[in-house]
Amino acid sequence: MKARGKMAHSKGENELTPPAPLRIRGEFSRYPRGVGGVNDVSGSALCPSSLDVKRLRQDFPILRQKIYGKPLVYLDNAATTQKPLWVIDVLNQYYSDENANIHRGIHFLSERATQDYEAARGKVQRFIHAKEVCEIVFVRGTTEAINLVAQSFGRTFLKAGDEILISAMEHHSNIVPWQMLCEQMGAKLRVIPINKKGELLLEEYERLLNARTKLVSIVHVSNALGTVNPVQKMIQMAHAKGIPVLVDGAQAVAHLKVDVQVLDADFYVFSGHKIYGPTGIGVLYGKKERLEKMPPYQGGGDMISRVTFEKTLYLDYIRSVGLEAIAVHEKDLVTYGVKLLLSVPTLRLVGEPSDRAGIVSFVFDLVHAHDVGTVLDRAGVALRAGHHCTMPLMDFLGVPATVRASFALYNTRSEIDVMVEALGHVTEIFG
Amino acid sequence: MSELNELYQEMILDHNKNPRNFHAIENADHVAEGYNPLCGDRLNLYLQMKGDQIQDIGFQGSGCAISKSSASMMTTGVKGKTKQEALLLFQNFHKMLSGPTNAGFDLKLLGKLAVFSGVSEYPTRVKCATLAWHTLKAALGKRGQAVTTEDNV
Repeated sequence: MKARGKMAHSKGENELTPPAPLRIRGEFSRYPRGVGGVNDVSGSALCPSSLDVKRLRQDFPILRQKIYGKPLVYLDNAATTQKPLWVIDVLNQYYSDENANIHRGIHFLSERATQDYEAARGKVQRFIHAKEVCEIVFVRGTTEAINLVAQSFGRTFLKAGDEILISAMEHHSNIVPWQMLCEQMGAKLRVIPINKKGELLLEEYERLLNARTKLVSIVHVSNALGTVNPVQKMIQMAHAKGIPVLVDGAQAVAHLKVDVQVLDADFYVFSGHKIYGPTGIGVLYGKKERLEKMPPYQGGGDMISRVTFEKTLYLDYIRSVGLEAIAVHEKDLVTYGVKLLLSVPTLRLVGEPSDRAGIVSFVFDLVHAHDVGTVLDRAGVALRAGHHCTMPLMDFLGVPATVRASFALYNTRSEIDVMVEALGHVTEIFG
Repeated sequence: MSELNELYQEMILDHNKNPRNFHAIENADHVAEGYNPLCGDRLNLYLQMKGDQIQDIGFQGSGCAISKSSASMMTTGVKGKTKQEALLLFQNFHKMLSGPTNAGFDLKLLGKLAVFSGVSEYPTRVKCATLAWHTLKAALGKRGQAVTTEDNV
């Protein structure tokens, strides 16, 4: 892949001398190029938001490449976001200079790695505004975090006849662990229905909360439709009946300001790779009083915590760009995108939630999503065509698959123009 | 966009728009369900055999242009053929899609099915083109067996 060659850019320059440390311990010597410094107004031509997108794009080396001779338009951010050079460099530096096992060795490297690891925990705590640092548990990703709660919390507090409540728009990651648990414990999985717009039916939710409900597990932002669920209100409703709530924040944390104390979530989970960080790292936030009552999830060396990498500098990247500004930018993109998509003949939006994050799903009446995906791919546009690991939702909506465009801080209106122009070819080819 | 013509040949687009034998067969004696878990494509195949010969064949289901047209062209290609002839076609079809050009398949035998040769350039779409054939193999083997593209050929 071209990108790999480019990512290795700094290696050649530093062949003879070791790379200079990128940061002073606990501090940063590099900041995202798109923020601070001389303000380049050219970005505002791309999008009327406060983000200097043109400069921010330079932080992401992968975006420079061409696909089939056309500039890459990356609109598959809900699957995974691209990584800023900052993060790539730090990973490189870690494995070049600092790699060591944490909480183990008494040697210098191990102690330093342990310090960094614990500092990272503090960073996550501040990012989601957890009350205490011990409420942050590092896991491999959202899926593992949910499995951890299902197996540790679920197996401790569930008994036959109890109920777990999820919604009809959950990712398989927030369905299967509960199905497994319910099977193990003789419990029942119940589902909050949605309307055709892709919004949860809160009256039904209220009705489903009962004395047998032991946990509510709901998605904050739907990965398939972009719906932002009213989780704060839903948590209040559950708490009024003494029921704890887990929020799947995989699609939320990179796009909305999340404050777990304001939400009053009992558990909040997300993955690093969807917020500009490396793969293989994720976070389980749990209220201290909940975590304390949960037995270890996996036996082995360093129990529960199974992280392979301790850096969370990507959180600083996001924070320095500014989540509010990112949210405004993405809102603009999705509003612009929806407007343009509606002008494409025979295209139909799937899900029209009143509160939408930077995700939009659509189908063509007579053309399958995968064919649309292939046409877009040849135009250099990378997005997702499929069921998005939300098959129950697809069944409800009566579509086998959708095409999904999902936006990040580095996307522009002109990229949406490229996508919409390519969509014009779909009806040309299959019409 | 011209590279797309290699994949979406006229004949493929035609069979996608107007699939042949696109119906269930009421008194089918061999049926099978095909499913591609990666993209959610589903296909029901109905066969009526006369001894070893495929006397009638029909299909129903949803899928992309490649999977639908492949199913349609498969039905026209195997109708009237024996079980062995049909399986030999599949073997050649599969080779054409998975290997480089001219890697041991009989182009003449494949006939019109050669329009799918462009699919080999799109590895993610190979399973779309072979779903119907996997299902046919299952239908010919056992009654009512479900098959997925994740099963071995």
